[in-house]
Amino acid sequence: MGQTVLEMKGIKKSFSGIYALSGIDFSLELGEVHALLGENGAGKSTLIKVLGGIHQPDCGEIRINGEKVKIHNVPEARENGIGIIHQEIVLVPYLTVAQNLFLGREIIKNGMVDMAETNRRAEEMIAALGVNIRAETIVEELTIAQQQMVEIVKAVSFNGRIIVMDEPTSSLSNEEVEQLFEIIEKLKEEKVSIIYISHRMEELFRISDRVTVIRDGEYVGTKKTAETNPNELVAMMVGRDLESFYSRDFQELEKADTVLEVKNLTCEGVFEDISFKVRKGEILGFAGLVGAGRSEIMESIFGARPHQSGEILLDGKKVDFKNPMQAIKAGVSLVPEDRKKQGLVLENSVSFNLTLASLRFYMNGIAISEKKKKAVIDRYFERLRIKAASPEIEAGSLSGGNQQKVVLGKWLATEPNVLILDEPTRGVDVNAKFEIYSTINNLAKEGIAIIMVSSELPEIINMCDNVCVIRDGRMAGKLSKEELSQEGIMKYAAGGVEEYEPEK
Amino acid sequence: MRQEEWKNMNQKNNKSVLMDNPFISIFRGNIGIIGVLVIMCVIVTIATDKFLTTNNIISVLRQISINTYIALGMTLIIILGHIDLSVGAIVAMSGTLTVGFIVTQGLPIGPSIIVGLMLGTIAGILSGAIVSVFRVPAFIITMAMMNVCNGIAYVYSGGQSTRITDEFFVAIGNGYIFDRIPLPVVYMTILIIVISFVLGKTKFGTYVYAIGGNREAARLSGVPIKKVEIIVFTLSGLLSAFAGLVLCSRMYSGQPSVGDGYELDAIASCVLGGTSMSGGKGRISGTVFGAMVIGIISNGLNLIGVSSYWQLIVKGLIIACAVLLDSQKGRLSALKKKAAK
Repeated sequence: MGQTVLEMKGIKKSFSGIYALSGIDFSLELGEVHALLGENGAGKSTLIKVLGGIHQPDCGEIRINGEKVKIHNVPEARENGIGIIHQEIVLVPYLTVAQNLFLGREIIKNGMVDMAETNRRAEEMIAALGVNIRAETIVEELTIAQQQMVEIVKAVSFNGRIIVMDEPTSSLSNEEVEQLFEIIEKLKEEKVSIIYISHRMEELFRISDRVTVIRDGEYVGTKKTAETNPNELVAMMVGRDLESFYSRDFQELEKADTVLEVKNLTCEGVFEDISFKVRKGEILGFAGLVGAGRSEIMESIFGARPHQSGEILLDGKKVDFKNPMQAIKAGVSLVPEDRKKQGLVLENSVSFNLTLASLRFYMNGIAISEKKKKAVIDRYFERLRIKAASPEIEAGSLSGGNQQKVVLGKWLATEPNVLILDEPTRGVDVNAKFEIYSTINNLAKEGIAIIMVSSELPEIINMCDNVCVIRDGRMAGKLSKEELSQEGIMKYAAGGVEEYEPEK
Repeated sequence: MRQEEWKNMNQKNNKSVLMDNPFISIFRGNIGIIGVLVIMCVIVTIATDKFLTTNNIISVLRQISINTYIALGMTLIIILGHIDLSVGAIVAMSGTLTVGFIVTQGLPIGPSIIVGLMLGTIAGILSGAIVSVFRVPAFIITMAMMNVCNGIAYVYSGGQSTRITDEFFVAIGNGYIFDRIPLPVVYMTILIIVISFVLGKTKFGTYVYAIGGNREAARLSGVPIKKVEIIVFTLSGLLSAFAGLVLCSRMYSGQPSVGDGYELDAIASCVLGGTSMSGGKGRISGTVFGAMVIGIISNGLNLIGVSSYWQLIVKGLIIACAVLLDSQKGRLSALKKKAAK
């Protein structure tokens, strides 16, 4: 392609003596989409914050169009043509699109805001990108995707030549992703350069020209997208070969007993006609796009959400849990998707959280026995390798990976026969991920039936015996270990394969 | 991630094994409010020599007992993430009606007391059920309940106070054991022990913290949220009704205005004691110290001879200062942590 618009060289950044970035190189060419790839905690966001003027690098240099620059704050980044679209939308929800676009630089006429002119100019800006949003709409009424478009329009309107998109598709539906990609194509035509952060492989391969992988704050390598493949990238990200990272000892399941069977489970408008079974020692994956209804199905099995029809059989006996307590007592546990909102009482201690779901095991009459509690806490600290100074510190002060281990421990302490894991490694660093996988493998070996909902395809492909793919609340396909591939799953998840026929 | 672990390591060294001793942990946990308490005691002791006498201390304890019963229930409610504004009105309703049953209706004392306590309990159940089942803000529902209960007290009594001389009833609030310790103080001690046990050592208490800390996480952990909420509101109603009986007994009369302002004193005690208004955090020991601070403010100002109108102003200011001090304590340690990092 040619002209290099941005060059970052040997960027180092440390926080209290610990390096978050230890020498990152990154370059961006004119009109290029360059993906930045790395696991959680790899330093992606720190690097972006250095570029955006939020952090100052300890050493290293940034060149824009060949010229050495120092970016001290957000306005300076803007002056250099850098626009960052953060994962969270930062628009004022109760103002119109036009008002948001001109926030802080209102068009003043006779001492008042000239609304007509504001709207006219906003319409122009929006039309230039080919987006279909009216300038007078209140932002709150827009979909998340549309709000993101507004963010992009805003970034471009500051004469942005380098646009950073941080996980832009994390809360978008499939169609919305398509819209976003159209805009990105349009930006490329206008010779805007884009840094695209995402760990969704299929997106990277569709939209990016090059991929740079970083791990633990270090530069691993840059590849042309056309010349690499997902497995290579994942191996670069985790720094191990995939076999040992996803430690799974597959076992013969032919003769294993079915523990949980779900038949035609339906919750109108959310999911419909879901049937599957999971055997002792099996890991059954649930793949699909965000919002396909996977978490809802799991909550429904767990008694946390009602369903209208369908049967759930546990060890061959029909069950219908009215609330999570009944499910827990019957040996079904759900490790929820969002550990901060659903998993932990963050302000309370690690020991409080670890034992909350299994208090009934520690009772001595009406009082809780500290001794029994302590034994369980010690056991899970060791077994899950939870790194916390003491069980009495606040759960919220732990790192994401250790928080996730606490949530996992909390549910293991209920001694389940069926363990449902909803996104078990979301927002977790590489090492914790590795440890969580090996724990899951051990649990399967012990004979626990495991259901794993995950949006990370490498994890589904490498850990699961069988996979159900859910699309729009329906079973779109069932794949066995031999049939698993990223492309195969995505075809079912996004549509394009003939409707799956349930076994009669 | 690594930074956090590092930080955690540091915390470990700071937090010594001494935390295991219950008295030391109570002291450490409430260090701010204990400081305020000590300062106030010193000031009042210097200002008047009547403060530090056995008689006066016993009288302070008796004075704070009524507020403490209510504040104990309020602590649970606030940890749960709610609030109960109806407690003062329940004090008035239960007290006034029980006295009325005995004096005006001539009912036997036992059933009268039981019905009086039941009234408060029912008010609590209703508030709790509406709050937990329909998810209506407790602020609104208990405010409505406050009006209803106050109304019942006024309607029943016609706004008049009723004098009571029944020996047994009067003894509830004015009796002593060992000729020295007032019965209200004895009740207070028992209630503190029982509620501390329930909150600290039982499944129920753990659930209260869990619901207040993260309702959704509690729900998914199998915590019976509705049941716990209704029980806590019921308990608050019962404790308030009991406070009403003891209060009317001490005053030898039932009058509908008797409970005015008790809800605010109870809430102030909790907040002074470090209970978080957003739920999930709080200690019974803190609330008890909070109630002591409020009691000593009134007692000290009385002894010094400040008029009751001025007392309101001083009380408000002291509460504001104490809470401010407490909130800054959190910020201070956060700053220290940052500096250490």
